[in-house]
Amino acid sequence: MGKLKFYLPVLGFVVVAIALWRGLYLDTKTLPSMLIDKPMPNFELTSVDGSDVSNSDLPAQIFLLNVWGSYCLPCLIEHPTLMRLSEEGEIPVVGVNYRDRQDLAIDWLQENGNPFSFSILDESGRFGIDLGVYGAPETYLVDANGVIRFRHVSVLDETVWREQFLPAIAELREEEGR
Amino acid sequence: MNSTPILQNRTMFLAVASIIVLLGSLLLPSATYSQVDTFEFDTEEQQNRFRTLSDELRCPMCQNSSLSGSTGGVAEDLRREIHRMIMEGRSDSEIIQFMFERYGDFILFRPRLTAGTVLLWFGPLLFLLIGGLIAFGIWRRARKISDSDTELNKSQQERLQQLLGDKT
Repeated sequence: MGKLKFYLPVLGFVVVAIALWRGLYLDTKTLPSMLIDKPMPNFELTSVDGSDVSNSDLPAQIFLLNVWGSYCLPCLIEHPTLMRLSEEGEIPVVGVNYRDRQDLAIDWLQENGNPFSFSILDESGRFGIDLGVYGAPETYLVDANGVIRFRHVSVLDETVWREQFLPAIAELREEEGR
Repeated sequence: MNSTPILQNRTMFLAVASIIVLLGSLLLPSATYSQVDTFEFDTEEQQNRFRTLSDELRCPMCQNSSLSGSTGGVAEDLRREIHRMIMEGRSDSEIIQFMFERYGDFILFRPRLTAGTVLLWFGPLLFLLIGGLIAFGIWRRARKISDSDTELNKSQQERLQQLLGDKT
């Protein structure tokens, strides 16, 4: 009994210390998306090149929805990965040009290359709110039925692609095959 | 020796004054640096609802500020949405539901009571209970010890008399 009384506070301390230690390394900046396993929000907007786009224009297969803007420096870092994915035909990439200006967006695509099948023009950020976007870049993985299955916030580089997107896509493919 | 009470009074005064200042600062509205928007409302009630909502909703991009205190792009958009929905005649709970559906618990400074947030809501009460129980236990034991040990047995009484006797 005496021994237990001595070790109980020590044990308590160790438990709290471990919990707080782990807390130091928690990622509090990345919010979980509320739209996982929900269909893409409806939209009837124009694209960056000026044509009308709606949900029916989305690819009928697994695709990436990438939120970008010409002002967004991290978007430049992930841009080569998006270019490679679309050039090698690995996966279609649809863009959301978020809180940007159409002329600046066009210039940016001309200068850096255009990996997107089309980019939804969202100058007001209203479509972004429906997606739960809180800042570019964000990338959503959408399945063939138009349901959002995964979201990655911040830069999508080759490592993120390999370690997070490829396994998620493999899982979706397996699901479809069944 | 005369200076001691004055010093004590001064320390006392300083302590009381700083407590008053601290308590007073708690009463003042915090984060008064809200963003200036040019939204127009029909009634003052609508404007007050707008203020309350944008104070109670958290900016998703900037972690620890409310929508009203943030210059972030998404906060600006969300304030515009709140204004639009108020003007459309939507209720506060509809607006909060709209935000929750898109940004989750994070956007609510007062998270909903769910299985995942039970500890958040009642954790402090739980710790207070545990601390109270421990304090009660210590207090009870201390009282038991002081009750039983004040009585001197015969040999202790004799020793006491001996010591007192020696002095006088």
